[in-house]
Amino acid sequence: MAAAESYPDDLRYHEEHDWARIDGDEAVLGITWFAADALGELVHFEAPATGATVTKDASYGEVESVKAVSDLIAPLSGEVLEVNQKVVDAPETVNEDPYGEGWLIRIRLSDASEVDALLDVSAYKNVLAES
Amino acid sequence: MSQTLLRTPLHDRHVELGARMVPFAGWEMPVQYEGVIQEHRAVRTDAGVFDVSHMGEVMVEGPQATALLQSLLSNDLERIAPGEAQYTLLTNERGGIIDDLIAYRLGDCRYLLIVNASNRDTDFRWMKEREIRGSDVTDVSDEYALLAVQGPRAIERLGLQPAKAFTFAEETVDGVEVMVNRTGYTGEDGCELLCMSEDAVALFDAVLARGVAPCGLGARDTLRLEACYPLHGNDIGPDTDPISAALGWTCALGKEFTGVEVVRRVKEDGPARKLVPFVMEEKAVPRQHMAIGGGGEVTSGTHSPMLDVGIGMGYVPATMAGVGTELKIDVRGKTRTARVVKRPIYEREG
Repeated sequence: MAAAESYPDDLRYHEEHDWARIDGDEAVLGITWFAADALGELVHFEAPATGATVTKDASYGEVESVKAVSDLIAPLSGEVLEVNQKVVDAPETVNEDPYGEGWLIRIRLSDASEVDALLDVSAYKNVLAES
Repeated sequence: MSQTLLRTPLHDRHVELGARMVPFAGWEMPVQYEGVIQEHRAVRTDAGVFDVSHMGEVMVEGPQATALLQSLLSNDLERIAPGEAQYTLLTNERGGIIDDLIAYRLGDCRYLLIVNASNRDTDFRWMKEREIRGSDVTDVSDEYALLAVQGPRAIERLGLQPAKAFTFAEETVDGVEVMVNRTGYTGEDGCELLCMSEDAVALFDAVLARGVAPCGLGARDTLRLEACYPLHGNDIGPDTDPISAALGWTCALGKEFTGVEVVRRVKEDGPARKLVPFVMEEKAVPRQHMAIGGGGEVTSGTHSPMLDVGIGMGYVPATMAGVGTELKIDVRGKTRTARVVKRPIYEREG
């Protein structure tokens, strides 16, 4: 079952419909409910390798539904510490729980100051309202 | 832009049911309701209904109707009697495929052709310009709506009796007069119901009330690809010949039709390239226009909901067309392995 629409208050957002959960010098990244809903049920997660570098505003992988492919845009820069194998094996997990079980990667931040440029939930909702 | 898109009689019903509407071949059509994969599975396990009223209907009648169509269509209409239907191709002088369609023989001298939405005007003009004395070609698309009801339980849910594939009859479904065509585009049992446009809403509601799931064009595409049915505009077109497209079985090469000499030559010489179905051996979803190593190209690709792997069709050099041949597909810069399989990619049980 696809999750109901929601945007948690404790996350930071990127206007390309990605979220980041900051924890010290690490962050967990994923895509928002809006992105997952727009794509439809995910069937493939093209994940980066552990140890790879991701760069803010650049693609770090792809997610695909039956009909469409979407680049994953990194909201922050850093090194990939972990890829969510559950999503690799069962990509629909993202549709079912986009902010929980459906997280995509965990990174070590290379520049913690980048966090300041991310959107809070109200700013992200404004992005959605204008799109 | 939305004002220029055509709408079927069921447009408002689709919106009420929460469908995601998209432009398709000049029409505003439902691509999905609950989700492509869920709808796909409904058709494979039970029954689903598709609004395909955007498709075109062309009536060809008159004492010379058979003669006209025999000269324009690749298959041999003498093989079917009134009450029977035939999959066939409208071909050009180069032996290319203007459209693929189903011809329903309504009477000795009367045929209904159901054609692709995107080719409706082209097909009609092509045939109208070639009318012969004693034949009359009419575009009757606006008069009719068409619902495809497909799946192992489709016939039972509609309260109909089983019948042979590629036959049709006039029947009544919950008070609505319909032409029940035992045809489809999913690889499942089922039928296509042709009704008057003004009866479409009543028929659609009746079909839904019988427990048939509404399905969009997204599932229609994944279903047809698992069944290896070509899609005109992707896998076949005016520049592809029937032999290369594995549609030689639809060509009666002993009769004369437009471009037959080209088709005969391709058949005799053997095609340089062939349309083959394939299954990915690595996690990746093939997509239209991706290159296949050795000089091929993907013409249709998706993720198979039943097999849970990437599947597709594409043209490859004839030397690479054998079942079991390994293909290398360029998936946005990454080489992914696939293997040629026999048709269909997914076959229904029983």
